[in-house]
Amino acid sequence: MEKRVVFRSAWLPYALVAPQIAVTIIFFFWPAVQAGWYSFQLQDAFGLQTEFVGLRNFAALFGDEHYLRSFRITAVFSAAVAVSGIAIALLLATMADRVLRGALAYKTLLIWPYAVAPAVAGVLWAFLFAPSVGIATYALRQYGVDWNWVLNDDQAMLLIVLASTWKQISYNFLFFLAGLQSIPKSLIEAAAIDGAGPSRRFWTIVFPLLSPTTFFLLVVNIVYAFFETFGVVDATTQGGPAGATQILVYKVYHDGVKSADLGGSSAQSVILMAIVIALTVVQFRYIERKVQY
Amino acid sequence: MNFKKLAAAAAAALLCASQAHAQIEIQWWHSMTGALGDRVNGFANEFNAMQKDYKIVPVYKGAYPESMTAAIAAFRAGSPPHILQVFEVGTATMMAAGKAIKPVYQMMAEAKEPFNPKNYHPAVAGYYTDRKGNMLSMPFNSSTPVFYVNKDAFKKAGLDPNVAPKTWKEFAVTAAKLKASGQQCVYSTGWPAWVHVENFSAWHNLPIGTQENGIGGFNTEFKVNSPQHVAHVEMLADFVKKGWMTYSGRRNEAEARFFSGECAMVTSSSAAQANIRRNAKFDFSVNFLPYNDEIKGAPQNSIIGGASLWVFSGKKPEEYKGITKFFSYLSQTEVQAKWHQETGYVPITNAAYDVTKKSGFYEKNPGTDIANRQLGNKPPTPNSKGLRFGNYVQGREVIEEEMEAVFAGKKPAKQAMDDAVRRGNDILRKFEAANK
Repeated sequence: MEKRVVFRSAWLPYALVAPQIAVTIIFFFWPAVQAGWYSFQLQDAFGLQTEFVGLRNFAALFGDEHYLRSFRITAVFSAAVAVSGIAIALLLATMADRVLRGALAYKTLLIWPYAVAPAVAGVLWAFLFAPSVGIATYALRQYGVDWNWVLNDDQAMLLIVLASTWKQISYNFLFFLAGLQSIPKSLIEAAAIDGAGPSRRFWTIVFPLLSPTTFFLLVVNIVYAFFETFGVVDATTQGGPAGATQILVYKVYHDGVKSADLGGSSAQSVILMAIVIALTVVQFRYIERKVQY
Repeated sequence: MNFKKLAAAAAAALLCASQAHAQIEIQWWHSMTGALGDRVNGFANEFNAMQKDYKIVPVYKGAYPESMTAAIAAFRAGSPPHILQVFEVGTATMMAAGKAIKPVYQMMAEAKEPFNPKNYHPAVAGYYTDRKGNMLSMPFNSSTPVFYVNKDAFKKAGLDPNVAPKTWKEFAVTAAKLKASGQQCVYSTGWPAWVHVENFSAWHNLPIGTQENGIGGFNTEFKVNSPQHVAHVEMLADFVKKGWMTYSGRRNEAEARFFSGECAMVTSSSAAQANIRRNAKFDFSVNFLPYNDEIKGAPQNSIIGGASLWVFSGKKPEEYKGITKFFSYLSQTEVQAKWHQETGYVPITNAAYDVTKKSGFYEKNPGTDIANRQLGNKPPTPNSKGLRFGNYVQGREVIEEEMEAVFAGKKPAKQAMDDAVRRGNDILRKFEAANK
């Protein structure tokens, strides 16, 4: 027997979803279509002259070594943020799961950073590691490390990875903790009785059972690293030094807003849209199948 | 009784509202913060108190690039502000905007306001004047890079605190001594491209680009990869390697490092003086920028930075009348003199300079006239009049990126400057294509 609630009215269901659809069209489809349209144009800053240039904006992008470099930077950055964010959160969650006394306080503290806006997180870390006045800089200097991310590109990258990861750990932590708590204790106890040590129990039972959560977090974290880290970058390195931390989404903003190159910027956001669509499709179609649920 | 009171109050409120309505509001978007922002509000309040017909409403719209973007977006949406403060690198973009802007000379003529461009400082006015000699925007805050020296640090290093290095050769000798004395940061600079490429070029009478640095037309190309430019950047990179120069970033971060005492020498805007004077707990001097004495004719004269006020088109004639009155007020000698003395910006009218000089201000505050003297060191040549490159917000960043690559030891200076020219020219061609 199939149980299904069906609307009798012909218009009510449409009326109920209308606000959602309106929001999607106005805030997602409309700008997307506009970006697509602008990407074929060459415009002056004030929009007084517009010329249709076909695919020239795209051709220029792929001929620009700096754009291609931005791809590599984004790949490195996203991988670093997603992997370290997931690994650290998983470690913390397994630990927190075993804590008996003060578990609530411990968990609350771990969740806190999630409430911090990316831009604020960026400013915070930028202050800590500021090349001349930062506390962390001072400490590093005592150990003979010349910390100056205004000039050193590896340090700049490290800084934005640190700030972005720190913020995302809380989110990942929440999901892992929930995932851990839904694993039946009997399985782990049975393994323990059979003589499996803690690390063996983790890798053969807990980790495989957590894989749906891990997979979900992988997607979320990559999307986070791609788009939401804008605030972190803008508040710290602003893409520097010498463009070493200019991730794709920051370049879209930079070229469009700061440099008033609307056509080039739109072309970039069209490419970015395509990447995200492709990424999501690939992940859900191919990787998901191999993940046990 | 109560009702009557209420009705009376409502009537009074209405009357007030209609009176306020008769006053013409003029929106002024600017990017001045802190003490400078207070001065901007002070201008508006003083002008509003002086007369009853117009009301200037200053609005802080973020840093220069942000306020410019906001105004452009507002223009596209059909409601730009009346007056917009635009930084010098946005000048070419504004000039190319044709229909979007109301040239100041034209607005003054239409409102029959007395206006003589000759009263303005030539190095400043020239920057905002088109080839036909028409002033398109109103000079407002102009500065030029100068060289600040921490005299106490000099003393500690056994150097004569009253003698600042004049050439880069002397600079190297001084830097070595400061370093040997245990100075952690010997030298840093604010605005690297403005100081070490744009002003370096003008100061040594070298072109930044063809077509008189772009003033002659959009078909300009960058020239910053000349052997002299490359040698200069190479020298700076060598300073970084030796620990004589610490890179602080692309804006004015270096200024704080100077007035905290961390860095002993700094090159940055003359407008940093107010801040340095307030914060520095040591004796300092303001000097001319060092120059390379191997380049013939140096030093020439430096060029300005800062911003000017642009007026948008499509407003009502009476609104333009109000803007004209406000600009005339801003150009008054006393107003300008005060602005110059309080901020370290260059006086935009010759009269303001003369008044300040006569009042003995420069003797009492040594260093405050350095910017003016440096700008007028020699009559400007086509290389040192200023610059006007399309989309130079982006162009300057390209130069800064390449300089950073050299300082970080990632690229040789020659290759970096060649790359800067190539990438910069791409931007110029794109601008030329978009603004036919």
